[in-house]
Amino acid sequence: MKEKLVKKSPGAKQEPASADAVLPRLGFVGMLRWAWRQLTSMRNALLLLLLLAVAAVPGSLFPQRSSAASSVTQYLANHPTSGPILDWFKLFDVYSSPWFAAIYLLLFTSLVGCVLPRAKIHFKAMRSAPPRTPKRLSRLAEYGTVEIPAESGISAETAVHDAAAVLKSRGYRVDVRDLDTDRPSVGAEIGFLKEVGNLVFHISILGVLAAVAYSGLAGYSGQRVLVEGETFVNSIVGYDTFTPGAYFNENRLSPYSLQLDKLAVKYDRESPGHYGQPIDFTATLTTKDGAGAAPKSQILKVNDPVSMGGTNVYLVGNGYAPVVTVKDGKGNVAYQGPVVTIPTDGAYTSLLVIKVPDAKPNQLGFVGFFLPTALVDDKGVAYGSDPDPFNPQLNLNAYTGDLGLDNGVPRNVYTLDTAKLKQINGRDMAAGGIVLAPGQSYTLPEGNGTISFDGIKRFAALDIRNDPGQIYVLVFAVLALGGLMGSLFLNRRRVWIRTGSHPDGRTMVEFGLLARGEDHRLAGESRALDKALHTKWLVPLPSAVEDGTQDKSYKKTRKDQSDTETGITMASKDQ
Amino acid sequence: MPAINEGLGMLSEQFMLMAGLAYAVAFCAYAWDLVTYSKAAKAGLAAAESGAGMEENKHQLVAAGSAGLGASNAELGLGAGPQDRAVRPSSKTHTSDDGITAGDSMRYGTEKRVVARVAVALTIVAACVHAMAVVFRGMAAGRVPWGNMYEFCTTGGLAVALVFLLVLTRRDLRFLGTFVIGLVLVMLTAASVAFWTPVGHLVPALQSYWLVIHVSIAVLSSALFTLTFAMSVLQLVQARREASIASGKKDKALVMRLVPNALSLENMSYRINGIAFVGWTLTLMFGAIWAEKAWGRFWGWDTKEVWTFVIWVVFASYLHARATRGWTGTRAAWLSIVGYLCVVFNFTIVNVYFSGLHSYAGVGGS
Ligand code: HEM
Repeated sequence: MKEKLVKKSPGAKQEPASADAVLPRLGFVGMLRWAWRQLTSMRNALLLLLLLAVAAVPGSLFPQRSSAASSVTQYLANHPTSGPILDWFKLFDVYSSPWFAAIYLLLFTSLVGCVLPRAKIHFKAMRSAPPRTPKRLSRLAEYGTVEIPAESGISAETAVHDAAAVLKSRGYRVDVRDLDTDRPSVGAEIGFLKEVGNLVFHISILGVLAAVAYSGLAGYSGQRVLVEGETFVNSIVGYDTFTPGAYFNENRLSPYSLQLDKLAVKYDRESPGHYGQPIDFTATLTTKDGAGAAPKSQILKVNDPVSMGGTNVYLVGNGYAPVVTVKDGKGNVAYQGPVVTIPTDGAYTSLLVIKVPDAKPNQLGFVGFFLPTALVDDKGVAYGSDPDPFNPQLNLNAYTGDLGLDNGVPRNVYTLDTAKLKQINGRDMAAGGIVLAPGQSYTLPEGNGTISFDGIKRFAALDIRNDPGQIYVLVFAVLALGGLMGSLFLNRRRVWIRTGSHPDGRTMVEFGLLARGEDHRLAGESRALDKALHTKWLVPLPSAVEDGTQDKSYKKTRKDQSDTETGITMASKDQ
Repeated sequence: MPAINEGLGMLSEQFMLMAGLAYAVAFCAYAWDLVTYSKAAKAGLAAAESGAGMEENKHQLVAAGSAGLGASNAELGLGAGPQDRAVRPSSKTHTSDDGITAGDSMRYGTEKRVVARVAVALTIVAACVHAMAVVFRGMAAGRVPWGNMYEFCTTGGLAVALVFLLVLTRRDLRFLGTFVIGLVLVMLTAASVAFWTPVGHLVPALQSYWLVIHVSIAVLSSALFTLTFAMSVLQLVQARREASIASGKKDKALVMRLVPNALSLENMSYRINGIAFVGWTLTLMFGAIWAEKAWGRFWGWDTKEVWTFVIWVVFASYLHARATRGWTGTRAAWLSIVGYLCVVFNFTIVNVYFSGLHSYAGVGGS
């Protein structure tokens, strides 16, 4: 099969050797043909594969926008000169870059160019008779003989039919020939599934690529942060961020709802070495399939998504949401509710921003952090020491001024641009920073109102995904795996058996085996065939006869040699 | 979640230490075997050159005793080594001894290599103690013992040793002993020096039966890749040596007589790599399924995913190389080596220094 690929690649009718030699006079079509043949050559496939491996590496060295957009921004900020150059080369979007696509598209083109002609050749081979019997079977990789004694009365012709039957029962496709001569023979072939496996494997790899592309187009995904007690309704406005595929339309969103009742978090309190390490996150949900549906209680855990309305809901993060109330200078409640924080370490030192645009007369903003278990170091700075809320504390700086929220430009809720604001609280300021324990409240300087820390809730970060394509990815991947195993572990071989009558009445049978490609089990097959033929004609295995002096060691040496590395057989050596 | 059993954890570490010591002794035994063998080979050659005791030598050292190519080939009535087209390695007249290498059978010969036997026995003892250490670790934590770098290294080392012993029952790969057991020693040392972690529960991200499936197959495939890595390195050395002897130079590395010829090393590592590649394909697929369960997407080019993919592609190239004219032999061996280096890189540098979803530290953040 390999030589077919190399020698009879598409366009091989054109005498490949001369085509290469007279390159300049090929003309346009000739050039195309030449290019195509280069592209679909095995060597090129190999080089493209290696190139693909190399090209994938930078994606692990540089942050990628697709998975860590904020790290990319950070990187660009830290490397003002090299950053944009790297960016120009798409090193922050390696897997969607034109050069990465070019490599895999070339590779897959090459694959098609490889697979189609091979499939054609193989289809023909499967339907044609095994090749004609070689003149000298003894030159084949494996060779053996059987002598049927004269008294058994088996003619050469009967013997060849018998041999064909034996081969057939071993799964070979057989073709009896030369019956009209005195040396009839049978040609047989087995292992077509090896090549089929190879083809299935390569085509399925294409299928995987196609399915991955489809899954990107057809699905949609979104994120939502839910604080305990809040409800998410599956509609576009229900998402914090939403990424539709190209084929998305809004009717695809089934209007289910889910409410986060409770998020229970368990930390390791037993082993000293892992004290405080999280060991369980469990979210309890109340879900409804639609507006009027009956509520159902469901459990959502890491590694264990909840399926609803064609989507899967994943628990991908969690943290604290301190509940605060801000009253403005006039004494009105300007903000009340939980504030989602961003945990930054194992002790859940969590950053938070509170924006109070409704505060009058001045808008208010707060920046700071929440500590579940606050300790104070010798410089008087508070730090978090445990993820459980044993000694919760809010540390905030306060600002007044125009928060810039009114002009319609979308702003990240987790950051506050303090450049144009006036700071009224801070650790280094006269008024000091705001430090609050639950239940405490603080009066802001300059009559700006009060802020109180009312309690603590937890939030769950949910990923919600619909991916109708991934099942096809799985199907093709499984097909590829099956094809790969067939291709690697099956053996394709040919057997010829020739019979003839000796003048003294004995019927002489000789057989030869040839592997196509790697086949370390060829010798074993030869032995098995030898045995089967002897059994068929009730001829005792010739251990004592042929091997004469070696007879004692016969079994042993045979065993020793049987499984020798016969991988390189004539078929594969001939290339 | 069962409570952590600290006592059992301590016991596991003591057993791990004992296993390490036993491996160290086994390592020395393998090395000693090579040295004595090389000495005996030299002596055998000298004797053969002086024309005396050739027969005796042949029996003493089947693989090395005869006086080099000429004698053995004349005797066999064959052409040159198995690289010659005319020779059919599977034919019944072919024996595995070509006088300069251990031939191609990788079957156990008739000669007794006492030191090598001792080395294998020691390896078995070490592996048993090691297995107990790993089992204790698992029992102490109440889960499979592969949830962090320490455990990947110790369990991975055990997998390498067991796979090696398993292959030894079918083929005489004792010449790989120093190499393979040396690698196991490195893994155990790295585990206890660089990655040591007390017994603990799994972080929620790792609590999944996919951890059992995905990681165990990854570890097994890596163990197989370890064997083929060693064989590919030897293949390169042996190929150079064969070429230099063929060009009439003196045989400098007598130890390499213990090692099969380059071609059969290549064939054997191809077979093992084939199995390991299927294993790696499964690792990739199960990883993707797990990623879908845990993070909602089956593939996201996370650093660990990137490297798993790179390894897969490198070994796919290796398999291609074996079917490409001009790429078999030495180049294929290099690809196999590069592939293994990627495995090691993925396991060490990527796990420790690259951030990503697969970080094995705590996963607190959102
Ligand atoms: C996406 C890219 C590809 C991948 C991942 C891939 C992977 C593989 C793997 C793993 C094998 C070994 C299994 C076997 O022996 O059948 C293989 C074999 C093979 N591939 Fe590919 N391949 C790719 C592209 C190609 C292309 C473009 C060609 C054509 C030039 C090609 C031609 C072959 C051939 C002829 C074999 C059989 C080798 C043999 O006879 O041992 N492959 N491929």
